[in-house]
Amino acid sequence: MSPTNYLLLSALLFSIGAVGVLVRRNAIVVFMCVELMLNAVNLTLVTFSRMNGGLDGQVMAFFVMVVAAAEVVVGLAIIMSIFRTRRSSSIDDANLLKY
Amino acid sequence: MVFARNAIHSALCLAGTMLSLAVLYMIQNAPFLGFVQIIVYTGAVMMLFLFVLMLVGRDSSDSVVEVLRGQRLAALVIGLAFAVLLVGAIGGALFTAPSFGLPADEGAGGNVTGLGALIFTKYLFAFELTSALLITAALGAMVLAFAQTKGQNKRGQRATVIARLRGEHDRISPLPGPGVFATGNSVAVPALLPDGSIAPESISSIIDATPIEPFDEQLPDARALTARREGDEG
Repeated sequence: MSPTNYLLLSALLFSIGAVGVLVRRNAIVVFMCVELMLNAVNLTLVTFSRMNGGLDGQVMAFFVMVVAAAEVVVGLAIIMSIFRTRRSSSIDDANLLKY
Repeated sequence: MVFARNAIHSALCLAGTMLSLAVLYMIQNAPFLGFVQIIVYTGAVMMLFLFVLMLVGRDSSDSVVEVLRGQRLAALVIGLAFAVLLVGAIGGALFTAPSFGLPADEGAGGNVTGLGALIFTKYLFAFELTSALLITAALGAMVLAFAQTKGQNKRGQRATVIARLRGEHDRISPLPGPGVFATGNSVAVPALLPDGSIAPESISSIIDATPIEPFDEQLPDARALTARREGDEG
């Protein structure tokens, strides 16, 4: 199985996640699309690690996973506290700083 | 997953995607990462997403009204262009480049041992930083999640005064500190109210219960010490 196919899949997943971030309004779905992008990058890192023959890519992917997990925790806590005060989880409604 | 109307469907599709990615990791000689993907990402992160979706965002669907005009169409076009760019770049770089070898090098001792050797020697500083990051993230989540419930039970000063005046407490004002009305050091000397009578709260119940033995000489009482005379009104 040529590793190029994995890279193409990762690129497609990344662009799908990017479209999702731009199109969706629900804050949690936007966050999930960001997670999809992070997973695509992980796949790229693992594929390159296999192509180069070293384990550095896998270590980097491991750290990306750790950081993504921490980020999900804090981001969801923020979304929950915004929802508690504003009763809306649409990202268009958080526009108090808008000029 | 991206265009699902129900957010729960999105979350479940993403969980399925992550499971598939875990399988892809395992195919590419990264079994540790594959299992970590299943356990941490699908098992913890996506379940956290589902919990928060149940708490917060299940009912809210995307509004059809567009805040920025033409944003969705522009986003689709740009996303398509981005995908074409990436695929073209990667395909152009890799299909025309000379073929490379694909060793499945795991290092001596297997995948986990090799990863451990790298994490704890070459990437040790990054490891320490990520541990600090995890502590910070846990603290931040606790502060953000519990800040609301703790702060709402406190009664303000105004509400406390109103409750006191309505008689919900034993006395209107707090008891004075020790020694404020005292004319003597002893706990047996009761405090005096402004009109000269003894304040009942200042009498110690233990001393009140002990039997009184009269002294031989007449000791000056509290009224004498405050220089009040008989018939002298406050």
